[in-house]
Amino acid sequence: MLILRLNKQKPRRMSDSMQTLEEHTRSDYKYGWSSDFETETIPKGLSEDVVRIISAKKNEPEWLLAWRLEAYKYWLTLKEPKWPNVHYPEINYQDIIFYAAPKAKKLLNSLDEVDPELLETFKKLGVPLDEQKILAGVAVDAVIDSVSVTTTYKETLSELGIIFCSFSEAVQEHPELIKKYLGSVVPHTDNYFAALNSAVFSDGSFCYIPKGVHCPMELSTYFRINAANTGQFERTLIVAEESSQVSYLEGCTAPMRDENQLHAAVVEIVAMDNAFVKYSTVQNWYPGDKNGVGGIYNFVTKRGLCAGYNSKISWTQVETGSAITWKYPSVILKGDNSTGEFYSIAVTNNYQQADTGTKMIHLGKNTKSTIISKGISAGKSQNSYRGLVKIGRKAENARNFSQCDSLLMGDKCGAHTFPYIEVENQSAQIEHEATTSKIGEDQMFYCLQRGLTEEDAVNMIVNGYCKEVFNELPMEFAVEAQKLLAISLEGSVG
Amino acid sequence: MLSIKNLHVSIDNQSILNGINLEVKPGEVHAIMGPNGSGKSTLANVIAGREEYEITAGTMTYKGEDLSAMDINERALEGIFLSFQYPVEIPGVSTSNFMKHIINAGRKHKGLEELDAMQMLKFLREKVKSVGMDESMLKRSLNEGFSGGEKKRNEVLQMAVLEPSLAILDETDSGLDIDALKTVADGVNQLRNLERSFIVVTHYQRLLNYIVPDFVHVLYKGRIVKTGDRHLAVELEAKGYDWIKEEADGVSA
Ligand SMILES: Nc1ncnc2c1ncn2[C@@H]1O[C@H](COP(=O)(O)OP(=O)(O)OP(=O)(O)O)[C@@H](O)[C@H]1O
Ligand SMILES: [Mg+2]
Repeated sequence: MLILRLNKQKPRRMSDSMQTLEEHTRSDYKYGWSSDFETETIPKGLSEDVVRIISAKKNEPEWLLAWRLEAYKYWLTLKEPKWPNVHYPEINYQDIIFYAAPKAKKLLNSLDEVDPELLETFKKLGVPLDEQKILAGVAVDAVIDSVSVTTTYKETLSELGIIFCSFSEAVQEHPELIKKYLGSVVPHTDNYFAALNSAVFSDGSFCYIPKGVHCPMELSTYFRINAANTGQFERTLIVAEESSQVSYLEGCTAPMRDENQLHAAVVEIVAMDNAFVKYSTVQNWYPGDKNGVGGIYNFVTKRGLCAGYNSKISWTQVETGSAITWKYPSVILKGDNSTGEFYSIAVTNNYQQADTGTKMIHLGKNTKSTIISKGISAGKSQNSYRGLVKIGRKAENARNFSQCDSLLMGDKCGAHTFPYIEVENQSAQIEHEATTSKIGEDQMFYCLQRGLTEEDAVNMIVNGYCKEVFNELPMEFAVEAQKLLAISLEGSVG
Repeated sequence: MLSIKNLHVSIDNQSILNGINLEVKPGEVHAIMGPNGSGKSTLANVIAGREEYEITAGTMTYKGEDLSAMDINERALEGIFLSFQYPVEIPGVSTSNFMKHIINAGRKHKGLEELDAMQMLKFLREKVKSVGMDESMLKRSLNEGFSGGEKKRNEVLQMAVLEPSLAILDETDSGLDIDALKTVADGVNQLRNLERSFIVVTHYQRLLNYIVPDFVHVLYKGRIVKTGDRHLAVELEAKGYDWIKEEADGVSA
């Protein structure tokens, strides 16, 4: 019942999922347990030594250590950004453990050798790793507390020349690719958290699709923050060569803890001529309790570069978790005729705060971007959309369509929209629509009069409101996303 | 079936229903007529459980149970259906999806298995046909962009699908062309049996040619001021409400 349902033997239709909503009637965070398998951690705090230890533990080449150190030194010169519309106490970076890995006893060749506790974790997470699930056609690169544990399907993929592995593995096996693309879309100088990530990133995923290959299955990564007091800093890099295609899924959960945990990831995507990368995220990190205690700080930099002609990058995200979300998946439309898309649902409840949106940077000619953002605020939460559409001087005939809708549930929450538009080429066509609505009493009465429960009615109405975004998600993900939405809005009616 | 005694209802401290008495037995059809603003929709909404209205006095019993103790959806599941005078739009929720939800909610309540996708489709197709709707409506968002007549047909579709014990039709005939009017009447007549009851709110005697009521009540200023049989509707059609108003105002003055 988690984010990733990999068993595709009996695909469900999206609309059928509502039937199972009754199963999800608990408003407590469902993923709130922490496993006892041995974790290897390094002492708290951040210093040049810590960066060196991380690099050494991962057996990294000299150039990568140098790259990290440069980022670290740059980070030291920066101040945490204060411009997002979110409020939280100062983060003490000396109080965070920057590296935690489940202790690998030896190299694992099969599931039998995997720590049973870990397998149990996967089971609870709903990440099945057995043969049966392999037939289901989704490849998983599971990341628990920063180190990629098991990668399935690698062989099937490698026959096509597709590389899908943990970031650390890629560093060892494909250093030339990593060296070429690491930081090419999100340089460490980009922002505070990107610099931090560059210095201390622990693991993540690497994905490479060769020329002309359409990846036959959805690739997916599962993140989970497990050990107490650890920050999670993963790094994802996706490279799609000319005329290739891939759909990539990312899911996240984190156990319940009183203290806030930091998550600062970086995702970089490169798409060459005629390549298409679709990146979908369902994020339900622990949002904190009803009184706003605990929860994940999610400060993420995600950016795609449409490097080639007619390339396309599409971000779809369903954000229901985290105490604070700060995230703007962006696309740089450099190649002529390239396309960028951003479809987002951001739900906040209780004391959650989200400042999220996108940046579409049009540089090439005939570039096109679409932004569909659906914010839902309930409880005492604050939900901000922040989006930049920039049309460069040489971007002839660029087009953008943006639609930002906000749905308010109750009167103690807030929805805010901050659209920024910068146009340097007058041939641009930009359309921006924004609406704010409430679930109407009339709608509720109508649904209840037909025998639906309040919960069902709200879910149905909200799902209808989010439909354009759900339609962009791969089917299995859409089902999970709907359930998550139901769970996070629980008890927010009335 | 439904027994309303001395019902007083107000909204924002303004009294709207002022002592309604109404006894609806199984199998009966009651027509409610009356000038605009007399409280017909209010009565319909209060029976269905709409919460903005405050019941200041009186009782409502349904199948022997105190209605005020039942939630809105409980009333619905127990067989009370309201065909809305102004059906709401729900963007992004297709009519078929909505139908699925309400059908399965009803089945679940009755302890029946939910219908799977194929059964549902078959079932819906039949019902859609029976109310003269185009199947393509099922794909569209509920009531969004529907014409007035289409919205009303959609209400009748839901009634046909839910097979309520007590159906309240609030001006379901308003704004309908002749064919649609017959469809609405057929919808009711097909469901009509010894156990099922109807309250039909209408401004036009025309509908009552097709749905022959057992009683016709005239609501005025929140009170039932006259009750008769189908001939009363004919009389009203011919004479208007003035004589009733005079009678009623005369009595209360
Ligand atoms: N929510 C409300 N707030 C304020 N006044 C209301 C509300 N609902 C009904 N009323 C008032 O109560 C009175 C009765 O309204 P109601 O809608 O029941 O009339 P009706 O008999 O159905 O009229 P019509 O024939 O026009 O449909 C009207 O004066 C109306 O303005
Ligand atoms: Mg009315």
